[in-house]
Amino acid sequence: MDAILLQILNGLDKGGAYALIALGLTLVFGTLGVVNFAHGALFMMGAFCAVAFNKLLTLQSVTIDPSQTTPWGSPMEVRQPYVEAWLGESGKFLVDYSVPASILLAIPVMLIVGIAMERGLIRHFYKRPHSEQILVTFGLAIVIQEIIKHYFGANPIPQPAPAAFRGTAAVGEMIGLGQGLPYPWWRLIYLAFSLSIIGAVFAFLRFTTYGMVVRAGMRDRETVGLLGINIERRFTVVFGIAAVVAGVAGVMYTPILPPDYHIGMEFLVLSFVVVVVGGMGSLGGAVLAGFLLGILQSFASMNEVKAIIPGIDQIIIYLVAVVVLLTLPRGLMGRAGVMEE
Amino acid sequence: MSSFIVTRRGLLRTGALSGLALAAPMHFVRGAYAEDKMSCNVPTGDTVTFGFNVPLSGPYADEGQDELKAYKLAVKHLNGEGDGGMLPTFSSKALKGNGILGKKVAFVSGDTQTKADAARDSAKRMVEKDGAVVITGGSSSAEAVAVQSLCQDLGVIFMTGLTHSNDTTGKDKKRYGFRHFFNAYMSGIGLGPVIGEAYGADRKAYHLTADYTWGWTQEESMKAATEKLGWQTVKTVRTPLGIGDYSQYITPVLNSGADVLILNHYGKDMINSLTQAVQFGLRDKQVNGKQFEIVVPLFSELMAQGAGEAIKGIYGTANWDWKLTDPGTKAFTQSFGKEYGTPPSQAAHTCYVQALLYADACERAGTFYAPEVIKALEGFDFDGLGNGPTLYRAEDHQCFKDILVVQGKEAPKDKFDLLEVRKIIPAKDVTYDAKIFGGDLGPADAKTC
Repeated sequence: MDAILLQILNGLDKGGAYALIALGLTLVFGTLGVVNFAHGALFMMGAFCAVAFNKLLTLQSVTIDPSQTTPWGSPMEVRQPYVEAWLGESGKFLVDYSVPASILLAIPVMLIVGIAMERGLIRHFYKRPHSEQILVTFGLAIVIQEIIKHYFGANPIPQPAPAAFRGTAAVGEMIGLGQGLPYPWWRLIYLAFSLSIIGAVFAFLRFTTYGMVVRAGMRDRETVGLLGINIERRFTVVFGIAAVVAGVAGVMYTPILPPDYHIGMEFLVLSFVVVVVGGMGSLGGAVLAGFLLGILQSFASMNEVKAIIPGIDQIIIYLVAVVVLLTLPRGLMGRAGVMEE
Repeated sequence: MSSFIVTRRGLLRTGALSGLALAAPMHFVRGAYAEDKMSCNVPTGDTVTFGFNVPLSGPYADEGQDELKAYKLAVKHLNGEGDGGMLPTFSSKALKGNGILGKKVAFVSGDTQTKADAARDSAKRMVEKDGAVVITGGSSSAEAVAVQSLCQDLGVIFMTGLTHSNDTTGKDKKRYGFRHFFNAYMSGIGLGPVIGEAYGADRKAYHLTADYTWGWTQEESMKAATEKLGWQTVKTVRTPLGIGDYSQYITPVLNSGADVLILNHYGKDMINSLTQAVQFGLRDKQVNGKQFEIVVPLFSELMAQGAGEAIKGIYGTANWDWKLTDPGTKAFTQSFGKEYGTPPSQAAHTCYVQALLYADACERAGTFYAPEVIKALEGFDFDGLGNGPTLYRAEDHQCFKDILVVQGKEAPKDKFDLLEVRKIIPAKDVTYDAKIFGGDLGPADAKTC
């Protein structure tokens, strides 16, 4: 029982990440009709906002101590972080909470990056075939990766969670199942975070006038345009929002997986499968499929399951995609007419 | 009409001059007999080209960049520039810092992308297009095995970089391939007694293993070493390469009854699996009345940096460490540190040594002709390159030397001081019979390209 509950939790936190990336992908596809292969790079850029913020907070003054030498005979450099020197304990606290605090940096950065990406490159490919959109956005993703690698190196850079959330929570006691079921605090926080971001995006689209116009534009872009609404501009902002969603998902994932320049690609392919299984253009479908595939992937990795079907953990996602598309060609919640021309 | 009269004096003079004329070329080609025997890319000009095949992209790119730095330093030292590095401490005194056999060392480099097929393509280009007489480098066993096989076909010597699978000098060994780095079997022999002493003889181990050649041999070696201690192997689970999130593989460990987790992962896989195992509280657990422990049989300084806090207290093995105190290590660390401002990694060390060993073998053989260079390397005993007395065993082209058991430091001074050398395992303890891993070196036939 414990093993099953643990795999459900694993699936939910993994699914949270898939759902957040897939949500952004679907938003962009639903509004602009663009298949954005650079979306994984946005997740990665968000993660590197956390890295950059941490580096900023841990900038150090360097003084040379001639009384000490390095093993290769150069004078030793003595380093003192500025923030700790200036702010004392508050500085240490700020460094400890650098991951959640870096969301404040990631939101404006990702919004600007998203809008710049859409205005500067992607808008020129709206009317081009999907294959060309895929090529150009994939190329863009590689360029972004190489830039990040140039400045931050190829090695993963660990970003610890705040000290207060580094241990495990006794989930068993929380839900009245007694002792056992230890689960990392940060993964639980990530799950709660992803649910709240998904809720916020849905609320924005559902309960604001802006969101209502965007939804209308997703249904019938031309008619909304005929009503005198500049739908292009709204869609640009939606692209920015999708970039922010991917970016903050990346920020909060850094304590789970030390980020490197390739982290976005690892999620991108799976997230595309999530979008297709959920139904192209369906926001609800993307979220549902994200959690579903996350949970199924976790169960497929159980030793008991692999004993029956060896290697199932490596193909489960694609197997589910094949079965869903054979039985429901539009995906779980796909709309008629999307990508069917 | 002139008449042609042969005199005795004239005949003697003509004979002497003809003899001199015929003998003269022999004076100029003395010592160059082997150039008559050509193998692939034997240099004919005044430079000799090395091919450095290192991962400059992909998950081991940082290691590859460190390897390339070491190679550039080796080229400098071979050509008599800089402080000479380990040339003065090397027991063989064949290298004089004037290139190799009077030829200046030049190099070309290629990016293996940490992929076997890309590594092969890059090595092939350097041999066929750039004229490299030797290929060296790499950071994974999959790359090493692939490039080694290619080099055997091309007739070009391959001095491997960082490769730890038993197969490289076992079932996949090749006459043209030479490995200075240690292997998984040696890690098992070295690490077994140390973790036995630290954690006791009554333990239950759970293995998570990277699903490729290196992982399989590492698991096999660690299983043999720990079972010899009396440990029980609860489960061995193969994990796909590069999956990122290991949570679904780690959670079954929690209820498996195991009290030790052995992570047969390397590079980014190791960083991710170790970080996540610590996040899941495995190291805080008590199982079977004992403290739960994690063991990582192979790790490097660069990986320790990636794993951060999670590496503290973790046991593993290493080929070499810059903090050793022998003259060779000191000279290399000083030279590398002055050049680049950081201490060298074990990947940098093994690559630097391999470049020197190849150059030295050419000098001792008096030729670049590959079959003669192979003979010079086979069974070569040397010292002064950082690992104590070392043998390049002729039967499998594996180096036998001291290896290190290391542990993640609890209170490192900086990011280069993450590992502590716990024990030096003498070469004789990690030496094994070459037959146990099978394989066939194949012929040393020269090939032209």
